[in-house]
Amino acid sequence: MKNYQVIGKRLPRIDARDKVRGRALYTDDLQLPGMLCGMVLRSHLPHARILRMDTSRAMGLPGVKAVVTGEDTLKRKYGVISRSSKYMDEFPLAVDKVRFIGDEVAAVAATDPDVAMEALELIEVDYEELPAVFGAEEAQKPDAPQIHDHAPGNISREFHMTQGDVEKGFQESDLVREDTFTTQSAIHAYLEPHAALATWDLKGNLTLYTSTQTPYYVQQHLALTLGVNPDAVRVIKPFVGGGFGGKSDGMAALDFCAALLSKEAGRPVKIVYSRDEEFAAGRRKHPVTITMKTGVKRDGTIVARQCKAILDGGAYCSLGPLTTVLVGTFQTLPYRFEHFQYDGYRVYTNKPPCGAMRGHGGPQAHFAQDVQMDIIAEELGIDAVEMAMKNGLRTGDRSAAGFNIISSGFLECVEKVSAETGFKEKSQSKRTGGKKAYGIGLGCGGFPSGAGFYFSKTTAAHSSVIIKAGEGGGISVLTGASDIGQGSDSVISQIVAEVLGLRLEDIHITSADTEITPPDMGTYSSRVTVAAGNAALKAALEAKKVIFQVVAQKLEANPADLVAKDREIFVKGSPEICVSFAEAINLYQTMHQGAPLVARGSYSSPDKLSPTYSFGAYVAEVELDLRTGEVTVLKVTVGHDCGQPLNPMSVEGQIEGCIAMGMGYTLQENLVSEEGQTLNPSLLGYRPPTAGQVPEIVIYHIIGEDPEGPFGAKETGEGSLDPVAPAIANAIYNAAGVRMKDLPITPERLVRELKKKERPHEKNAH
Amino acid sequence: MKKTLIELNVNGEVHEIAIKPNDTLLEALREKLNLIGTKEACSVGECGACTVLMNGRPVLSCLALAIDAAGAKIITIEGLSGGETLDLVQESFIEHGAVQCGFCTPGMILTARELLERKEGPSLEEIREAISGNFCRCTGYTKIIEAIQAASTGQGSRRKVQG
Repeated sequence: MKNYQVIGKRLPRIDARDKVRGRALYTDDLQLPGMLCGMVLRSHLPHARILRMDTSRAMGLPGVKAVVTGEDTLKRKYGVISRSSKYMDEFPLAVDKVRFIGDEVAAVAATDPDVAMEALELIEVDYEELPAVFGAEEAQKPDAPQIHDHAPGNISREFHMTQGDVEKGFQESDLVREDTFTTQSAIHAYLEPHAALATWDLKGNLTLYTSTQTPYYVQQHLALTLGVNPDAVRVIKPFVGGGFGGKSDGMAALDFCAALLSKEAGRPVKIVYSRDEEFAAGRRKHPVTITMKTGVKRDGTIVARQCKAILDGGAYCSLGPLTTVLVGTFQTLPYRFEHFQYDGYRVYTNKPPCGAMRGHGGPQAHFAQDVQMDIIAEELGIDAVEMAMKNGLRTGDRSAAGFNIISSGFLECVEKVSAETGFKEKSQSKRTGGKKAYGIGLGCGGFPSGAGFYFSKTTAAHSSVIIKAGEGGGISVLTGASDIGQGSDSVISQIVAEVLGLRLEDIHITSADTEITPPDMGTYSSRVTVAAGNAALKAALEAKKVIFQVVAQKLEANPADLVAKDREIFVKGSPEICVSFAEAINLYQTMHQGAPLVARGSYSSPDKLSPTYSFGAYVAEVELDLRTGEVTVLKVTVGHDCGQPLNPMSVEGQIEGCIAMGMGYTLQENLVSEEGQTLNPSLLGYRPPTAGQVPEIVIYHIIGEDPEGPFGAKETGEGSLDPVAPAIANAIYNAAGVRMKDLPITPERLVRELKKKERPHEKNAH
Repeated sequence: MKKTLIELNVNGEVHEIAIKPNDTLLEALREKLNLIGTKEACSVGECGACTVLMNGRPVLSCLALAIDAAGAKIITIEGLSGGETLDLVQESFIEHGAVQCGFCTPGMILTARELLERKEGPSLEEIREAISGNFCRCTGYTKIIEAIQAASTGQGSRRKVQG
């Protein structure tokens, strides 16, 4: 590692001090004079035609200041993937039809939450109930009710990809294996529920504070659905209490409702979703049925892969059309093979819409892939580690889906975790103690460091950063990249501090305010470190260049001989010939008729898929209670390659968070629904892991220098989730010899499989 | 609904506020006293984000009625440290990277503070148990547990990292 001053250091987050004191302001903490409380009326039916709505009784209730329905809107459809009109399938408030239990029908603004709640009950809606369909299989049948007019057969997206010739590949294989895997409905369960606060000025400009990952998409979609110029919409992202993809849809119904209610009432309106609304109606992860067929040579080399995936999409597109692609393309990481065919189908059902959730298609695909790799390894009589080593993508490779691997530390990750855990010996020894069995399993992954395209039509760069120098020697950084808790504000500040030879406390960052900060795609697809980081790097280098020019004149030196370090700029080798950074800024202003020193930098991915990819190998060690089916994850050992970690403490925080989330996904989290009704819409019903459940975690940073990432860094926030489920599932197999292909692996399912294994002749031992 | 005047003793100061009988302590703190450091994440007592200390014990302020809190000594995150000095637990959370989105942080810190008052040098198991009613979705709890343990031994030292 190079000798950096700020990069690569375990520095506390720049916002941690405010957060531990309860001073960080989230949207719900904000108040404006005369502010009203808004609430949303949702459909209680899964599929129905709206025949009549009457809001007069609600409007007549004292304290109610505005009531809006679809009739008060421009009736314009929107969708986060607005490059294609067929993915814009949702009205911000229902028009004519509702398509899931929880679909937004009307909204009210009142002086008090009690009044608002009462007003919701006074809104009369007459529905004509329509036949509904809840399963992806049934929805594709010819006689299934059609949910959208534009989608016969309820296919919301299909995506097909062919590389090479899979049939030829299977013929050349020594072993061909086909398995079907299913994954469940899971949800982000970020701690801060969605919140939005809207206010208009008398010139017709809207300001919206909102809990979002993507302020610029919110701006665009609000402008579209409200019929105003995007530049008249100011979206401000205060502190955000987690997102994990659940706040990346561009615009949530409450953003629109708060804006429209505020316009009608002439007063600021704030809406905060309840936890129940989040669970019952919020976006969620796609349940996917994956049929995977893989052909290998006798030595374990993968030759061909064919995969069919059916995604249960829910009632609207959200980000699902992209998920349909990613379940396919992500399974070409982290292994290389020549022949690939993928057929993905996303199906509309009368359930809450599925969108992006951390890993975005990766967790589903990698669960299938690495469990099947483990099955194949066993059938071939070789080690899972050997299989991974043989097939792993190397630097310079191109994956079957076309991902260009410009740096890969994958093999080193596998070698490291294998050696540190004693994988081979442990996996081959039978370890049981009484009614407990112990196992070890490997899961692998790779993930793009950001998408190489916008979801909307725009001429803006993927990320831009503006920096402005102050007379006191401080630097203001303006970025549209959204810190939602992952720590991007800190990492961007570190990059700027490193380049300019400043300390972290000299950097003052604003993120994000569409009126002040330059456009940025937002926080999704693990893109912020590479894209916004590179934009910040370019802006800082530009600032450094102009500062060095004026300092060189003053010191009568060559700019190329100057060094910026510890708030000073000096001549290399002669630190006594120097000016302070603050002096340098004032010097610049004096020499430029007082003009401020402003620099900017932009970055767009040079590759249309993604600039670069992270890699990881995870080993899980589990204890399984053979009587109860209870699985305890004892330890997870991680080898990961995110290039150069810019802040190792933050990187570990991402990995540890992914392991907890991945463990919940593997063993317990499941949104259960019946006839479109979510049955467990609460934290205790859904059960994300608690502190008592998390395993010991040992992390090995496999440090490399990526040629594209800022200071050689790659992503870490999403790819770290993907290997967790297969590692645990493979460890369970290693412990007890039961192959679990359906998530979540609950005690009930495990006990059923264990019984089947004990008494193989009994069928369906329920 | 008719309002009642009550006296709330929060962070050592007594406030006279008018509340409805069904106002929760959380609503009184956030809406009447502007103590927004106490967070609302579920409002049904499942997540621990709204934890405050009442007479030294952790209480879910979304389940406590404000009227029942009259006369009790309440400490919120704003009252944990005076002025610019932070409590040892707060310092430790910063130092150990135990804060990500920060929404669970105030409740988590108050819960940890109470544990350390009650128990000197708690074991890892005791720490996990104490915070098992506080959901965190970002950190996987690892660094939170480390931070609490370091605070309990008065050590600011960081864990050694391999690689």
